[in-house]
Amino acid sequence: MTTLALPTRREEAWRYSDLDAVATIWPTPAPARIDVAEGERAHHHLMQDAADGAATVHDYVIDIADGARCDFHLLNIGGKLGRVTFAVTLGKGSHFELSGAIIGGGDQVLEIITSVTHAQPDATSGQTIRSILGGHATGSYLGSINVARDAQRTDAFQSVKAMLLDRTATANAKPELEIYADDVKCAHGATVGELDRQALYYMASRGMDPTTAKTLLLKAFVAGVFDDLTDEALKGRFETAALAKLEALV
Amino acid sequence: MLTIDNLSNDIDGKAILKGLSLSINAGEIHAIMGPNGAGKSTLAYTLGGRPGYEVTGGGATFEGQDLFELEPHERAAAGLFLGFQYPVEIPGVSNLQFLRESLNSQKRARGEKELNGGEFIRLARDKAALLGLDMDMLKRPVNVGFSGGEKKRAEMVQMGILDPKLAILDETDSGLDIDALKVVGAGINAIMRKPDKAVLLITHYQRLLDYVKPDYVHVLAGGRIVKSGGPELALELEREGYAEVLAA
Repeated sequence: MTTLALPTRREEAWRYSDLDAVATIWPTPAPARIDVAEGERAHHHLMQDAADGAATVHDYVIDIADGARCDFHLLNIGGKLGRVTFAVTLGKGSHFELSGAIIGGGDQVLEIITSVTHAQPDATSGQTIRSILGGHATGSYLGSINVARDAQRTDAFQSVKAMLLDRTATANAKPELEIYADDVKCAHGATVGELDRQALYYMASRGMDPTTAKTLLLKAFVAGVFDDLTDEALKGRFETAALAKLEALV
Repeated sequence: MLTIDNLSNDIDGKAILKGLSLSINAGEIHAIMGPNGAGKSTLAYTLGGRPGYEVTGGGATFEGQDLFELEPHERAAAGLFLGFQYPVEIPGVSNLQFLRESLNSQKRARGEKELNGGEFIRLARDKAALLGLDMDMLKRPVNVGFSGGEKKRAEMVQMGILDPKLAILDETDSGLDIDALKVVGAGINAIMRKPDKAVLLITHYQRLLDYVKPDYVHVLAGGRIVKSGGPELALELEREGYAEVLAA
């Protein structure tokens, strides 16, 4: 039996993490495996709402076979450290879609780390991440896309937007592309911003108190992430949890 | 209703309003006209409490309350409405959601009963019809993709729904064609021309005043009111220009 050493900040995937919190739960459990068989379509989700002060790490290894599709919805809001990682391998003509939201306050460290490998031709992947961070929270998205030499006509995108509620909060967004094929589309965009002051003033001028106005703008900011959830009950649960967390932040 | 007394402020270290005084009673419509850079929009924003428009001297009372003691949302709840020259776009928030939250926030602040969904929709439909704005427009995000004219109509629909005591309308006529101007003018009259309400119209041009007849016209220049009169003053300004009238 081998004992895995505790990770250090020198490792890229752990650079922004809370290693003290990780130490309390090390070694973390083996990754959850998701295998999507040829031509199948799978829906998965995780609502990471661990108790205050807890540390939690969820690792997923996802294999998507030829012509299959996997949709994953993620709400990452709980714990002192909430870390969710994905190692995805895409077969020929398959698709992976990750829709994730991070909402953190206090001294929370919330992370989404993805490594998506386009191993075969004609696969597509999309990742949409929205983060809202207040207090001294840190929200990180580290996303690598790896396109193998044979994976022609790969089409991949990452869209990452973070909203900082306080100057003391931190957002990290790091796309990383490693491409060995030549006929490839890889788009990535990352922004970090604050609430639109003009909009807040406009809302105040119509009578909205600051808390209601901020909450409405933040709801609009994350709304798109869960729009395509087809399971209405699940969608409701995600939206309710996200809203409750937002209301605690503003 | 509104009394402005010797109001001064400076924006980024530059004095804009320099001792402006003005009194508006219930049932009155006042127009403020003036050349570019006179301080017209600054007056509107200062009264509306826009961040960055702090008062350095003088004061204002609204319905007996010190206006500048109130936060912008409290001013709205007290009955003040500011019509924006450049209405703000808010992606992802529908007009209906925006207005219902605004109205109910005001009602909560005043200790009144909030409107439920059905009651609110009926009110919105009624006011949209008054301004000739398609109800579908109100389902779209606030001002996003609206033309200049649609934004101004939407502002007046907001005013109709929020039903203020005093409306300060900052160049509501800019960006409107003749037909839209008529509709907006009729809307202002229908909503605000009442014994218990008042309007302060800020405008460059006389043309809006053909549809919304002011009781008083004031000329704002160099940060203060330099001339006041009846509706005939607006016509005189239109005919002779600011320089001529101010020199006289």
